[in-house]
Amino acid sequence: MKRLLSGNEAVAHGAWEAGVTVASAYPGTPSTEILEHLARFPGVYAEWAPNEKVALDAAIGAAYAGRRALASMKHVGLNVAADAFFYAAMTGAEAGLVVISADDPSMHSSQNEQDNRQFAKFARVPCLEPADSQEAKDLTVAAFDLSEQFDTPVLLRLTTRLCHTSTLVEVGTRCDQPPRSEKYPRNPAKYVMIPANARRRHPVIEQRILELAEFAETYEHNRIEMRSASLGIITAGVAYQYAREVFPQASVLKLGMVYPLPKRMIADFASRVERLIVLEELDPFIEEQVRLMGIEMYQPENLTLYPNTKTIFPLIGELDPASVCAAGIKAGLLPVAPPPAPPTGGEATISLPARPPVLCAGCPHRSTLYILHKIGLPINGDIGCYTLGVIPPLNAIDTCGCMGASIGVAHGAAVADDSERHFAVLGDSTFFHTGIPALLNVAYNRSNVITIIMDNRITGMTGHQENPGTGRTLQQKETVQIELEPLVRALGIQRVATVDALDVESIEKTLKAWLKEEGPAVLITRRACALLPEERKEWLPLKVIEEKCNGCTICFRIGCPAILKSEKMDAKYDRPLAEIDVSMCTGCEICAQVCPRDAILFRSQMAELYCART
Amino acid sequence: MLVEEITMTEKKPSKNINFMLAGVGGQGTILASDILAELGVRLGYEAKKAEIHGMSQRGGSVTSYVRWGEQVFSPIIGKGEVDFLVAFEKLEALRYLDHLRPGGIVLVNDQAIEPITVKAGDVKYPEDALVRSTLASAAGAVHWVDGQEITESVGNPKTANVAILGALSALLDTPESEWLEAIKAHAPAKHIAINEKAFRAGREAVK
Repeated sequence: MKRLLSGNEAVAHGAWEAGVTVASAYPGTPSTEILEHLARFPGVYAEWAPNEKVALDAAIGAAYAGRRALASMKHVGLNVAADAFFYAAMTGAEAGLVVISADDPSMHSSQNEQDNRQFAKFARVPCLEPADSQEAKDLTVAAFDLSEQFDTPVLLRLTTRLCHTSTLVEVGTRCDQPPRSEKYPRNPAKYVMIPANARRRHPVIEQRILELAEFAETYEHNRIEMRSASLGIITAGVAYQYAREVFPQASVLKLGMVYPLPKRMIADFASRVERLIVLEELDPFIEEQVRLMGIEMYQPENLTLYPNTKTIFPLIGELDPASVCAAGIKAGLLPVAPPPAPPTGGEATISLPARPPVLCAGCPHRSTLYILHKIGLPINGDIGCYTLGVIPPLNAIDTCGCMGASIGVAHGAAVADDSERHFAVLGDSTFFHTGIPALLNVAYNRSNVITIIMDNRITGMTGHQENPGTGRTLQQKETVQIELEPLVRALGIQRVATVDALDVESIEKTLKAWLKEEGPAVLITRRACALLPEERKEWLPLKVIEEKCNGCTICFRIGCPAILKSEKMDAKYDRPLAEIDVSMCTGCEICAQVCPRDAILFRSQMAELYCART
Repeated sequence: MLVEEITMTEKKPSKNINFMLAGVGGQGTILASDILAELGVRLGYEAKKAEIHGMSQRGGSVTSYVRWGEQVFSPIIGKGEVDFLVAFEKLEALRYLDHLRPGGIVLVNDQAIEPITVKAGDVKYPEDALVRSTLASAAGAVHWVDGQEITESVGNPKTANVAILGALSALLDTPESEWLEAIKAHAPAKHIAINEKAFRAGREAVK
């Protein structure tokens, strides 16, 4: 039966069909749904790990124990897991081990657009890349087989477009895999990477990649589609779809395995076509290697050939038919298109108000960010919803690099004797991810950093995933709920407080008091994300009393999308009054707390108002 | 080596039908595109649906592409190639108007959701007359549906997306039964009856 599945759903389905036993991941767009789907299949253990390195170690451990296993992550997650990735490349495993990296060309929700095919080459690991959901499923199954055949981890590289596009998939049934070893391996020469053993393993993995390159020559997922001989395109992944869309008559060498490359197959393809080009997203990963093989590629006379970049297609950002077409025209591969018709609408004629994402109405992060902005000291931020605090009017994030970086970056400034005291701001899940060792460093080396853990009781940005603080696992089993305050104290921080994240005054008072004291401190601002189902039940829109409001603008400064500038003006100052959008307001009361004129009713007052009416 | 010899006489895939759906986070744009893609499959097409989420819960602009055809390659639809622009909000209709092909059709929910930039008083939401004239000048036809009125009559404010699909079904001349099956496959079980009601009301609204 054929079903529409997203690339992520298809990978989960493929893993299940391939008999995966253990899957571990940390959520990250665009990879998150892989584990969310896999967790629902019978016979699979699937978990959220605190971070990607822990997840990959777990998958490796299961594969050492003879069970098919995978770890999935967004592209930058593989940076965190790189240490594990490299030792697994050295040791191999007893059963299939697949590492899934979901890259994010155009950085739809990421801090960079690294091309993780480079990791495959870096670690001498084969890399498969699907072009649609059917291939995503098929190549996931193939990855497990390949892993066992060559005793190597396999990198399955996806991209946002593949992950979040749904196409038809023929789904199958599970092929259960009994453990491949009866007993846990006692094989130190293979699994204990002390230098003496590692030196013996390195030639093994270099030989393995040569054998894989030979295997690639006849691999069923590499294929040549001959059409016109005038143009030949080597392509892989979603770029294959653009090749077929924009150059329908061209011959195509479609690579399902993008590392290592089949040299003879490429040479053969090159010999059959007049002009050879490579169409790939991001880095010139295939292009560079083809050039190194000494195979002549089409070089448009009007374009310069640089050694480390692409000649024809864009190096930066996600491809699409328009960019591929434009590049094709520039390179003389397509006829020059007629000049585009004059724009008839859109942004060309009217300047449209932007619609950026914002912290939601009722977001418990808002109060802390508002107070931090008011205090005015440097704020080292982290990865999560609270990064949106960078947007005016909050302007409350000065740096944000990667998961867990907030505390380390603040510590660096502190030990460098920066003249200002630094705040580090991160969420509960990010703290569990990589914040813990950084805070340990602050405690151990006694830096002056004030860390704020915004504990919204969930992993928010990626769409509400469980984490060690929620008391539930990915597969919805009850578990121990890790309490932040004892954990922080155990790390060696003595000055710790937990406050309600919606209590503006307590947050301000605590932070201001701590600024007078030397030494590290941690404030935990605790309140569940307003979008959680249980919280939604408590929503109660507030109200502005027009007679009391004089348009002082203080409530506008909290940057809440539920607070509007009214069309009514204050008579004395001729400035707009505040108004509350009842369709959005959750009743978090942050605006009511900051209002100096008591012009916004609190929940209790709203209740009185309703009682008075009825 | 696997070589597929494909002759030059291979006929070019017949033209795809391209839909772009645009809305604001929380409006159900993604669910609507799931239903539309499912319908394409039910009608015997190859269908692809592409979306970008991540920021969708946070009041940002949300879009998705749905393509139907004998053979569909790119999941992305380029500017000037959209046959049907389905907008769940007026400003979002304007924002993606440049994706419409000459003579393409716009179906727009007559609703304004002010973005934070407007609420903050930095910029003005475009005047309604300007919205209407801009859409009319760019599109082959513009169909307005009052989704809010329909949802009020149906009694569930969350069904505007399905009401707009009802309107689209009338424009596409597609059998109602197939739509209802596609809705059934994707809407939460307890909301199927109310979604069917919204769908029918939307279908009537453009007839």
